[in-house]
Amino acid sequence: MQKMLTIISNVLRGSARRNAASLVVASRSYADFTPEATFDIKKVDLHRLEEGPPLTATLTREEGLKYYRTMQTIRRMELKADQLYKQKIIRGFCHLYDGQEACAVGIEGGITLSDHLITAYRAHGYTLTRGGTVREIMAELTGRRGGIAKGKGGSMHMYTKNFYGGNGIVGAQVPLGAGVALACKYLGNDQLCVSLYGDGAANQGQIFETYNMSSLWKLPIIFICENNQYAMGTSVERSAASTEYYKRGDYIPGIRVDGMDVLCVREATKFAAAHCRSGKGPILMELQTYRYHGHSMSDPGVSYRTREEIQEVRSKSDPISMLKDRMLSNNMASIEELKEIDIAVRKEIEDAAQFATTDPEPPLDDLCSHIFANDQPFEVRGATPWTKLTSTS
Amino acid sequence: MHFLVANEILYCIEDYCIKAFCKLRTSRSSLTEDRSKMASIRCFLRSGKSAVSVVLRREFSKTSPAAVQVNVRDALNQAMDEELERDEKVFLLGEEVAQYDGAYKVSRGLWKKYGDKRIIDTPITEMGFAGIAVGAAFAGLRPICEFMTWNFSMQAIDQVINSAAKTYYMSAGAQPVPIVFRGPNGSSAGVAAQHSQCFAAWYGHCPGLKVVSPWNSEDARGLLKAAIRDNNPVVFLENELMYGVPFDLSEEVMHKDFVLPIGKAKVERQGTHITLVSHSRCVGFCLDAAAVLAKEGVECEVVNLRTIRPLDVETIEASVMKTGHLVTVEGGWPQYGVGAEICARIMEGPAFNYLDAPAVRVTGVDIPMPYAKILEDHSVPQIKDIIFTVKKVLNM
Repeated sequence: MQKMLTIISNVLRGSARRNAASLVVASRSYADFTPEATFDIKKVDLHRLEEGPPLTATLTREEGLKYYRTMQTIRRMELKADQLYKQKIIRGFCHLYDGQEACAVGIEGGITLSDHLITAYRAHGYTLTRGGTVREIMAELTGRRGGIAKGKGGSMHMYTKNFYGGNGIVGAQVPLGAGVALACKYLGNDQLCVSLYGDGAANQGQIFETYNMSSLWKLPIIFICENNQYAMGTSVERSAASTEYYKRGDYIPGIRVDGMDVLCVREATKFAAAHCRSGKGPILMELQTYRYHGHSMSDPGVSYRTREEIQEVRSKSDPISMLKDRMLSNNMASIEELKEIDIAVRKEIEDAAQFATTDPEPPLDDLCSHIFANDQPFEVRGATPWTKLTSTS
Repeated sequence: MHFLVANEILYCIEDYCIKAFCKLRTSRSSLTEDRSKMASIRCFLRSGKSAVSVVLRREFSKTSPAAVQVNVRDALNQAMDEELERDEKVFLLGEEVAQYDGAYKVSRGLWKKYGDKRIIDTPITEMGFAGIAVGAAFAGLRPICEFMTWNFSMQAIDQVINSAAKTYYMSAGAQPVPIVFRGPNGSSAGVAAQHSQCFAAWYGHCPGLKVVSPWNSEDARGLLKAAIRDNNPVVFLENELMYGVPFDLSEEVMHKDFVLPIGKAKVERQGTHITLVSHSRCVGFCLDAAAVLAKEGVECEVVNLRTIRPLDVETIEASVMKTGHLVTVEGGWPQYGVGAEICARIMEGPAFNYLDAPAVRVTGVDIPMPYAKILEDHSVPQIKDIIFTVKKVLNM
């Protein structure tokens, strides 16, 4: 009987594959999937630590599907943004995150939404993992009133609860993150702040000032350096006397992690979060990752690195492929199921793009609003003394 | 140096001839002519020779033999190239200036030509490399320190003001600081609040700094060369949206020793009814507005400041004494801005008595720069704002 069922299900699956994937109704019950599996993950490099995160990670089926879906959403959203930028529907600066998805998703897997996070301008992925929707992110990129910042901020200035952007000035977000951490300690709420920066920003003086104060005052902050090897057009070798970014905190313990593996990132983040919450003060994580696009949409990304290098990373270390292979080879999901997720994601992105291109621009009444908080409305000088505009909070 | 003087003499002679020619041709209202004559006499009595030369030296757009079309980016590039070649002590440092050819391609080809020693890529550490640049200037080199945009100079502003601007004074003349800080300033397109600020007023506020704001390719070329040759710290405010705009440059301008005097404004368009004073990209808007207004019989005189500090008050005053009306136009915020300074100086000087109406400023809107296109368009002065203001001032 069992054999019969298997044959029938195989036939059904086979025909489904020839036709649209949507024909597939799970011909296999959930009982057939492995509910959870444990994977070996790369050992991290340690600095001023006796022990690091565990060498294995347990992934449940639900987690796997969730991470897959989120990473795929970020990937597709960024590629859509690329398209819209080339059509000039998105303007100004646009820094894309494809290739680095495992970082955003892995970090969120190691903390909770009541923790805090701040990053630099390559922020679309984090806006999503921190609670933003694709619709409001895309509408912000196209500068519409439905955008997450009502169209006033743009790509680099998106905010959600416990997510402080999106910051345009390199390095400035790091002391800001320490300030958030200070507030967490001050309020005694057992929350922490994840403060992200890139390999380019790692040389900024204000980061070292922040290391010092965070350590002195034992702030619950996780410094995370997303090392994607290039600061705009300058490779790490050309900009840093020491490229061991996880050691640059000197007296701050550090770990260097494979940022292309979502499980590595998650386990490292859990480890770091435990360190912070135990009152030991800051800890530094270097995530070794890679961006497929250039620095921004105005950078083709191939004048300072080779296409072969990009291709190599794509084929050998892609974070989404890595997770997919793990789940499939451990029978944690079926190909069809993942394809369904792909289709659903694609639809979500299309709908969001549709919204983002049809939603109207912000009203002119909004031009001067949001200068001060909790204030009476006041007059704002326009381009001429006769142009009287009003600002509301 | 001699070229500068020769240049000025040439301008004077040319100007005088054209002025004399015009007098024969144009029919201006006698009131305006009288005013103009009065202005000259008063100027002459007030400050003698320099005033006369100011009145005589009111240049306007010439159609000299155009040698070549050069956009602002290439004008800057060529200026730097020539100065690097002329003086070994000149070098360029900044983010992406070398191997990337410059974030906006202004330093394209320079690293290939001059190498690592003279074209230096820095890490993203403005406070640090600005300090290093100033130190190099202390020791006798002539650095060009590029900020990718002037917004990032805020990270380094202490070095610009406290280390560069004030040192010659504090050392009672013992320590000059021959440095040029340059980069794009002001609003661009869609780059939002943290990348769109104008710093003309901020730096223009500080004694010890020269602050230059070119508009076209001739300005860019002549003023950058002058800045590099100047033994003082110069803040050189470029404009990203002007980089790609081409202008005709005469053979004379293309000469490798062509420099423009820092601290001298240029009258880009002669007019009789109202003076428009502006700097950088807004000069172009003023000229566009003037063309529209000319059709309605209003002749605007457009003054291109070229330099924010030291401010060429004399040229502005002479123009206001001729036209009796003043509008300043700038991209920056109104409060404590360039226009505010100009209005204050006019109030305090002889030109005040010639004003037939209060001087008015056209400025950027007093808000952080929004991202959405419709909002951004309404955050900066538009040509229609200039036209509207002119008509209001002239009571039309």
